[in-house]
Amino acid sequence: MLDHQLINRTLSAALSTGAEFAEVFVEDKKSSSAMLDDGKVEELTSGRDRGAGIRVVVGDTTGFAHTADLSEAGLAGAAEVAAAAARGGGGGTRTVSVGSSGVSAGATAQVPPEDVAKTAKVELLVRADAEARAVGPQVSQVAARYGDSRRRILVANSDGLLAEDDQIRTLFSVSCVATGDTGLQTGRESVGRTIGFELFEETDVAELARRAADRATTKLSARPAPSGTMPVVVGPGGGGVLFHEACGHGLEADLVAKSASVFAGRVGEQVATPLVTLIDDGTMAGEWGHFAIDDEGREAAHNVLIDRGVLTDYMWDHLRARKQGRPSSGNGRRQSYQHLPMVRMTNTYISNGEDDPDDIISGTGSGVYVAQLGGGQVNTATGDFVFGMTEAYLIENGEIGDPIRQGNLIGNGPETLKLIEAVGNDFAMGSPGTCGKDGQGVPVGDGTPTLRVKALTIGGTAA
Amino acid sequence: MAETNGSTSTELLDIATRVAGWADSGEQVEVFVAEELETEVRAYQGAVESFTSARSQGIGVRVVANGRQGYAYAGTLDSSALSETLQEARDNAAFAEPDEFNGVAQPDGVDPVAFDLFDPSLDDFSTDEKVALAVELERCTLGADQRIAGIETAEYADTRCESAIATSTGIAGASRETGCYLATYAMAEADGETQTGFGYSIGRGPGALDVELAATEAAERATRLLGATKPQTSKLTVVLDPWVTAQLLGIIGGTLSGDAVQRGRSFFADRVGEQVAVADLCLLDDATNVDAFTASAVDGEGLATRPNSLIDSGVLQGFLHNSYTARRGATSSTGSAVRAGFKGAPGVGSQALALRPGTRSRQELIAGIDDGLLVQGVTGLHSGVNPVSGDFSTGAEGLRIRRGALAEPVREVTIASTLQRILLDITEIGDDLQWLPMSAAGVSLVVADVMMSGA
Repeated sequence: MLDHQLINRTLSAALSTGAEFAEVFVEDKKSSSAMLDDGKVEELTSGRDRGAGIRVVVGDTTGFAHTADLSEAGLAGAAEVAAAAARGGGGGTRTVSVGSSGVSAGATAQVPPEDVAKTAKVELLVRADAEARAVGPQVSQVAARYGDSRRRILVANSDGLLAEDDQIRTLFSVSCVATGDTGLQTGRESVGRTIGFELFEETDVAELARRAADRATTKLSARPAPSGTMPVVVGPGGGGVLFHEACGHGLEADLVAKSASVFAGRVGEQVATPLVTLIDDGTMAGEWGHFAIDDEGREAAHNVLIDRGVLTDYMWDHLRARKQGRPSSGNGRRQSYQHLPMVRMTNTYISNGEDDPDDIISGTGSGVYVAQLGGGQVNTATGDFVFGMTEAYLIENGEIGDPIRQGNLIGNGPETLKLIEAVGNDFAMGSPGTCGKDGQGVPVGDGTPTLRVKALTIGGTAA
Repeated sequence: MAETNGSTSTELLDIATRVAGWADSGEQVEVFVAEELETEVRAYQGAVESFTSARSQGIGVRVVANGRQGYAYAGTLDSSALSETLQEARDNAAFAEPDEFNGVAQPDGVDPVAFDLFDPSLDDFSTDEKVALAVELERCTLGADQRIAGIETAEYADTRCESAIATSTGIAGASRETGCYLATYAMAEADGETQTGFGYSIGRGPGALDVELAATEAAERATRLLGATKPQTSKLTVVLDPWVTAQLLGIIGGTLSGDAVQRGRSFFADRVGEQVAVADLCLLDDATNVDAFTASAVDGEGLATRPNSLIDSGVLQGFLHNSYTARRGATSSTGSAVRAGFKGAPGVGSQALALRPGTRSRQELIAGIDDGLLVQGVTGLHSGVNPVSGDFSTGAEGLRIRRGALAEPVREVTIASTLQRILLDITEIGDDLQWLPMSAAGVSLVVADVMMSGA
C-alpha cells in the first residue's frame, strides 16, 4: 500500500523529537450500500476513505495526527505534528527499517462484493421486501439494507513491524413495522459476516425477512412488560450482549489501568459461577468481529478471559501491554485511520454448558424469556449495565407464554456473573453488532448458548 | 448567504459550485464539501495522556436523474476525486427506483439569519494553553471533593468546521463555525463503593470555558450517588434532570419528522390538531436560535433554517420537512434537512428543540413532591426506547424525593412508561432551561405515574 522506504522515512521523522515508539497506520476503505424503504429501492451510496494515522509515544504521552494525503510531504507533515505533541528528552535521528516482523494477510472473501453487479445487490432488497410483506396484511412497512466494505490496512512501527490485512465485510438487515389495534410494533433481523458476497449462499434473505416480519406481528399482541426482579432465560445467540456489557468492557485493560472497572485487581478470583467460560476470539474466521491482524498489526488471538468462573486475564492493546511488559492480546482496534487505537472486544462468547435448553426453560417457575436482545450499555466503574429486549415472552409454570413489549433489563456485572445458574448446550453466535466506546464504533460479534440468570430487574410498566 | 467571510469557506464554495456546474441536462446535482480541524487533549495524572490533531475534508455528491437518486462520497478534496465521486453517484442513481418526489432543494426565497458562529480567538489559542486547560481540569476535578478517587477522562477539545453546499438548481452557500469544550468524568469512592459523574463546559471559543464549573459538576454528580441502593419497585413522580429531558426531546423530535410520518413509523401520524400533550407544553425546533450549540443558518440542503412550532399548548401543530418529504406531503420544506457530514445524503430531523420553560425552580418543583425520584442520568436509551411503538424503558440513577426534599441515592433501577403517556403525564416544566451539547435544550421536567422497577 505504501513504499517501505517512505514508511521508514516517515517513522524516522516521527521519532525525531526523541520518542520511544512511532507507528504508521494506513487505511484504504471502500464502502457501498443499497437501501430499500417504503417499497422502493431508494438509493445506492458508495464511498472511499483513504489516509494514514501517525502515532508517537513518549513515556505516558501519545501524540497523534492523521492525513488523507499519502504523499511524502503529507506523511511528513502528519509525523511532525504527532512528534511535536509527544516530545521526548533526547531528539536526534533514529533510523527505522520495517519488515523484520509481522504478518501479511490477504482477503479471504470468495466473492469480493466489488466484483458483484449492483443489480444483484438490489435484487436481494426487493426479494426481502416481498417476503416480509407476504407474512400478512399487518406488515405495514419494510426497510431493507445491504452493505459491504473492503478495508485494506497496513501497520508499521519503529520496532520494525510491518503487517497488512485485507478485511471484507458484508451485511444485510431487514426492519419491519406491523400495525394493529394496539398501535405500531417493530421487528428487525440482521446478518453480517467477515466474508464476501458468498454470504448470500449460506443466508436466505427471504428467511431473514420473514423472521423480522413475524417478530413485528407477534409483538402486536404483546402485554406490557413486568417490573421488578425475577429469573431471566436468554435464548441461544442473544445472550452475548449481556456478557459484552456485564463484564466484557470491564475486562478491557485501559479501563482496568485507571481503576475504572469493577474487575480491576481481580485476576485469579472466582468472579462467576463455574458454569461461565468467557472467551474473546478475533480468529473466528468469517465472524463479524474477525480479522487477521488488529489495528496495531498484532495477530488476532483466542483469549480465555474467564475460565470456569475464574478471571484469567484482561484484554490488551499495545500501549497497555507494553507498560506491563507483556504482549498485546490482539485487541488494539480503531474505527478508522482518523482514530487512536484502544482496547476493544472482537468476538466475545460464552462456551457451551451441559444443560438441555428445554430443561432450562421448564425449570424456571416464572420469569422472562428473552429471544432477541437489542444492544446495551455499561458503566464499568460501578458495574451497572442495561440491555434491551426486542423479542421477549413471559415464562409461566415453566412454559413460554405471552409476548411482552420492548424494554430494558438492568443488573450489576459482578453480581449477575454469580447468578448464572444454568448454561445450555445449544451455542449460537448472535447478530452482528457495532460496539461503541469513546466515540468509536467497531464491528463485534458475540454468542452464547441458552442460559438462565437467577435474578435480573425487568424495566416494564406492569406491576 | 450568511457567514461567507472565511477564505477557506470561499474555496469550499468554489469547489461545490464547480462540481454542481458539471450537472448534465435533465440531471440535478447537489454537492456538499466540508473541512474540519480538530484538537483533542486528554490529561491524566498531571500530564498529557494523548494529544490528537486532525484535519479532515471530504465531498458528498447527490445526483437525481429521471427520478432516481444516487449518492457517493470521498474523504478527500483532491481534484481527481471530485469528478470520480460525481460519476459514482450518477452510476448509483441508475440502480435506484424512480420516485416522483426525489430531487434536490429549490431556492425558496427565505433568507438565512445572519449570525456569527465563528470565534476567531480559537485560531490564536496555543497548543500549550489547550494542554494547560486539560491538566487544570483534571487537577480541579480531583480536588473538588475528598471522595474523588480518580478520573476516567479529563479533556479539552475544539473544532473549526467550514462547509459549503451548492446545487444545480441555484443554491450556493458556505458557513463556518467553531466550538470547544471541556469534559471530565470523575470517580468518587467511599467504603469500597465507586460512583461516577460527568461535568462539562462548552462554548464557541476558549473564553467561554469554565474549568471550575465542569469540575464541580462532575464531583457533585459522582459524590451524591455514593451509598446508593436498589429501591423497591413502585409507581411514582419523577423529576427529569435537564440532560435527561434533552435526550427525551431528541427521541420525540424523531417521531415528528415528516419522513417517519409518511412511512408509517410515527404514532403522531394523522394527529395534527389533536391534544397530544398537557395543555401548557409548547415544543419549538429552532436552529436560528444562536444560543443553541447546534444553531445553523442553513439546513443540510442549503435552505434557510426557521423556527418550527411542533406542539403548541399541547396541540400537535405539524411535522418537520426536507425538500423530499415536503414534495411528497404537498407542503413546504421547514428547513429541516439534516446530514451527518459528507458521507450520506440529507435526511430530515430536528435541529434545536426546546420546551417553553415554566416559572418555578427545580427546588420549588421538588418541594411539591411527596414521594418521587430525581433522575440524574439514564442509560440504554438506544436499547429500551422504541420510537415507533412509543415504548420507553431506561436504566436510571438519581436521588429519592421524600416529603418535598432530596433524600437517599438509588441505583440499578429502570423507569418506564410510553412516550405517548409521558407527554400527557407531565405535571410541570421548570424554569431552568439550558442549551446542552446536543440538538435540544434541557429543562427540569416533572412526570407523574412512572414505573420505577427495582428490587
